[in-house]
Amino acid sequence: MSGKPKLHYFNGRGRMETIRWLLAAAGVEFEECFLETKDDLKKLQKEGSLLFQQVPMVEIDGMKMVQTRAIMNYIATKHNLYGKDLKERALIDMYVEGIIDLNELLMVYVFQPADKKEQHFANIVDKATNRYFPVYEKVLKDHGHDFLVGNQFSRADVQLLETLLMAEECKPDILAKFPLLQSFKARISNIPTIKKFLQPGSQRKPPTDEKDVPKVMKIFY
Amino acid sequence: MSGKPRLTYLNGRGRMEPIRWLLGAAGVEFEETFLETREEYEKLIKGGSLLFQQVPLVEIDGMKMVQTRAILSYIAGKYNLYGKDLKERALIDMYVEGITDLMQMILMFPFSPPEEKEKNFNSIKEKATNRYFPVFEKVLKQHGQDFLVGNKCSWADVQLIEAILAVEEKIPAVLLAFPQLQAFKIRMSNMPTIKKFLQPGSPRKPPPDDHYVETVLKIFKN
Repeated sequence: MSGKPKLHYFNGRGRMETIRWLLAAAGVEFEECFLETKDDLKKLQKEGSLLFQQVPMVEIDGMKMVQTRAIMNYIATKHNLYGKDLKERALIDMYVEGIIDLNELLMVYVFQPADKKEQHFANIVDKATNRYFPVYEKVLKDHGHDFLVGNQFSRADVQLLETLLMAEECKPDILAKFPLLQSFKARISNIPTIKKFLQPGSQRKPPTDEKDVPKVMKIFY
Repeated sequence: MSGKPRLTYLNGRGRMEPIRWLLGAAGVEFEETFLETREEYEKLIKGGSLLFQQVPLVEIDGMKMVQTRAILSYIAGKYNLYGKDLKERALIDMYVEGITDLMQMILMFPFSPPEEKEKNFNSIKEKATNRYFPVFEKVLKQHGQDFLVGNKCSWADVQLIEAILAVEEKIPAVLLAFPQLQAFKIRMSNMPTIKKFLQPGSPRKPPPDDHYVETVLKIFKN
């Protein structure tokens, strides 16, 4: 046994990507086991490894953890990326939950039927530029610090960067009206562990391509 | 200012109900403001109280908290309902997230189009009896303790009793094959704070009816 966390998921972003980001930001090396077929998923289910029959599943510190938020909470706390007290945690949680809501919209875009894609895209842009980005722009403006909470690097910064980059993949100029988010993006991308994760050859996954959608659907449905 | 937390939401369960449950279980008195019209909701948004223009909103300890999970985590942490260490928290988080997935199906059910209601009902029944309840039945059987985690009442226990009662409202015999959960339900229901919360006149809200659905659609148009 290597002692490194082991991630079980399909070879793509989905619900595991945010976990890969956080482990990488924390400088934690991890291994991955990719599900390629429905049988791979069934095997994991039959052997009792998946508490609710679902992935993501992360083997870490003797546990078989499931549920993305549970896994993220554990990693964040273990690696001091969750604030210094209950009130900082509350702020981080609020910011993170907002980011997750936006992330959900981005994540499911590629799975939309052709006739719904345009409307979904418009919804992503509307929510990103009118509901979510203004909040984080204002947070950074109000305190003038480098990081979102407590003048210290936390999971909120990692998750925000992940989502900013995904949003830009969707619409390259989406940060045009958000100068502080642009400088935040540059700053956080230069943190050594994150810089490494952003380089080719890292375990960061590419966006799910339309042509991969049928394969993913076959594993889970 | 009373010092009590103030909850702002519709006069119904929705996404606020787990928060009412957790405060109730912790023995924390709270006040409520009910949104009845779109205008009231827009006024709240314009006033800048809602970080992402959404409710639930809970004013607590000088903060205007939004996002259900953030609020629940804070309350659980504050009132010692979140385990004694990181590993217990991990278990509580896994259990809570699973139960939340089941509750999400129940939350969305009243808003299903008529032609999908039967399918969604069956899905709730199937997931409750085959995916979720067996997990907690097994947890309780294996350690033989009164509570899910660490032999102490936690957020996970409160979330589970809420879910059991919500599913039973739809499927009265759902616990037939789950003797541990039947005993758990009785035990939890008899805890003083929860017993009080289950009595008429408490802040607990009734199941959603047509009027509630209409109000939701009217206020949350987008």
